[in-house]
Amino acid sequence: MGIIVNRDVSVIVQGITGRQGQFHTKLMLEYGTKIVAGVTPGKGGTEVHGVPVYDTVAEAIHEHKVDASIIFVPAPFAASAALEALENGVKIVVIITEHIPVKDTIKVISYAKRIGAMIIGPNTPGIITPGECKIGIMPHHIYEPGNVGMISRSGTLSYEIAASLTRSGIGQSTCIGIGGDPVVGMSFVDVLRLFREDPRTDAIVIIGEVGGNLEEVAAEYIIKENYSKPLVAFIAGRYVPPEKRMGHAGAIVMGRTGSAESKINALKKAGVEIAQKPSDIAVLLKRLIRR
Amino acid sequence: MLCLKLVEYEAKDVLKRYGIPVPQGIVVTSVEEAYKAACKLKPPFAVKAQVPVSGRGKAGGILFAYSPDEVKVIAEKLLGMHIKGLPVKSLLIEEKLSIKKELYFGITVSRVDQTYIMIASQEGGVDIEEIAERSPEKVMTLRLDPWLGLQPYHARLAARFMRYSGDALLSLENIFQSIYRAGMDYDAELIEVNPLAETIDGNFVALDARIVVDDNALFRHKELQEKYFELLSPHEREAAKHDLAYVDLDGDLGIICNGAGLTMATIDVVHLFGGRPANFLDVGGGASPERIAAAVKMLLLNPKVKVILINILGGITRCDEVAKGILDALRSTGIKKPLAVRLVGTNEEQGRRMLSELGISVVDSMEDAVRQAVGMVRGDGRDGDYR
Repeated sequence: MGIIVNRDVSVIVQGITGRQGQFHTKLMLEYGTKIVAGVTPGKGGTEVHGVPVYDTVAEAIHEHKVDASIIFVPAPFAASAALEALENGVKIVVIITEHIPVKDTIKVISYAKRIGAMIIGPNTPGIITPGECKIGIMPHHIYEPGNVGMISRSGTLSYEIAASLTRSGIGQSTCIGIGGDPVVGMSFVDVLRLFREDPRTDAIVIIGEVGGNLEEVAAEYIIKENYSKPLVAFIAGRYVPPEKRMGHAGAIVMGRTGSAESKINALKKAGVEIAQKPSDIAVLLKRLIRR
Repeated sequence: MLCLKLVEYEAKDVLKRYGIPVPQGIVVTSVEEAYKAACKLKPPFAVKAQVPVSGRGKAGGILFAYSPDEVKVIAEKLLGMHIKGLPVKSLLIEEKLSIKKELYFGITVSRVDQTYIMIASQEGGVDIEEIAERSPEKVMTLRLDPWLGLQPYHARLAARFMRYSGDALLSLENIFQSIYRAGMDYDAELIEVNPLAETIDGNFVALDARIVVDDNALFRHKELQEKYFELLSPHEREAAKHDLAYVDLDGDLGIICNGAGLTMATIDVVHLFGGRPANFLDVGGGASPERIAAAVKMLLLNPKVKVILINILGGITRCDEVAKGILDALRSTGIKKPLAVRLVGTNEEQGRRMLSELGISVVDSMEDAVRQAVGMVRGDGRDGDYR
């Protein structure tokens, strides 16, 4: 169980022959993810860790049943790779690539919406349903199956928090990185909606950061829908200067929009518990779940 | 790291190339040039400081003159002045037009809508956020389908909203489409003409313009890459050479982390424990020993930095390589600064051993490392306290 991915999902890796693609294909296979094929133009007919490589997604689809794709293709070509997957009927596309121009991302997301497909990322560590399936690059040994869902805009910070939950004996249903870019496919609200319907998820952790207003929109949603499951949030970037990008293309405070205070206040108003530091999340969750 | 904001005259050069009318003007960098420029133009003049910040007018960066002599006096005053922390290095001397009405038109990325939106306002000249707050009925926004772009009928909707018809409507339609095209061609996160002026003789002119270019798209805009590097601070430029994401902050505790979110969270926790971060430095995922060494070296060489806090949560990052990078930097610079290190991940034991041989202790948790680092800055042997 968990959301979006489980042990039955079969996956292709686009950009499988690159350094990152090869390395993470190996780790995903070790975790038990069903990787059925890889795609790299010009490398068709070869193999990576026993996985057959094709030149085009169309050929991979012809030979295998494919539910999802994970993309390691370099930024200038990543959007086109995502469109190739979408046009060939792949319904879940996880874009790991960082530094994709926002114009390209916008086109991909618009197309995905039109055909009812799901984009996770770009600039995401991916998604993991612990013990079942990982489509991503996260260090999987820090996760344990359990009943807490996690949604994050960042990679390593989500690892920090997942590891601390696991250490405290709190396992996770599904952890999803929505991506650190200004425009990403899935929003906090999209994922909250899925967690709400997931019988295995009893509480949810939101890991936000400065920039944009996805957290504020999530707070509105929580109030409007009278969200039934307990929520804990940590917002990174309370002490960063405005008008500067903090590593992530999306992490930037512009004028009055995007500050950590605004997000924290909005979430508090929606009844979300706010953690002051990453290690507080486990403490808050224990209190909430016991209740 | 910053976003690439074009200054006014650069933005206007772009608009000109797309056939959008702008006032006659000349860019100058000295008082003499300013005087000469004014002699070539028709009075009255607008003298405008070229810094990429909004609210220049309010900050005294835009002044008007009626003679070249007056332009000279104003240029003397503006050149070398600082506006919102930025030095004024150049001025745009323009012919001041007689205006009937000021409007606003812009295209920007809306994160929530996950697409571009068109923003049109019946009033211009001040920040669009301000107008939208004060008189929302004067502002229209429209979500654009990126595959359709700004169609002529979208442009006409905006012109009608501004209450124009006839020839004026058609010329606005042209201008709006050109603005959209310029924005897309330049990978602009924001392109806005504010104010877009209707002159007393019924023409439309872009009096001021802003373009913010998506720095992830710079590979498509070679001509802008150099400019981007010029805008970076010396530290940021050095960092960019080594693929490090770096931002100067004003404290004394140097920070090195992997991942943007973790770096921001570390900065937050340092504040919580009473410390003052000197920087944001994200070495990214899977950093090589060379990249780590470059990061450590930067902070060793920065005299502002008293103590260095290294917080690496290596999933795939190899701790022995991180340790090697740290040791290389210490050796090659010969500079010693107190180090607080948190190192977790692949080959952790080996990394710890390498560092402990030099007397550098390694802790398991981020908070322990922060507490230790804050204590080191204070120099009284006590760890930082959680406030």
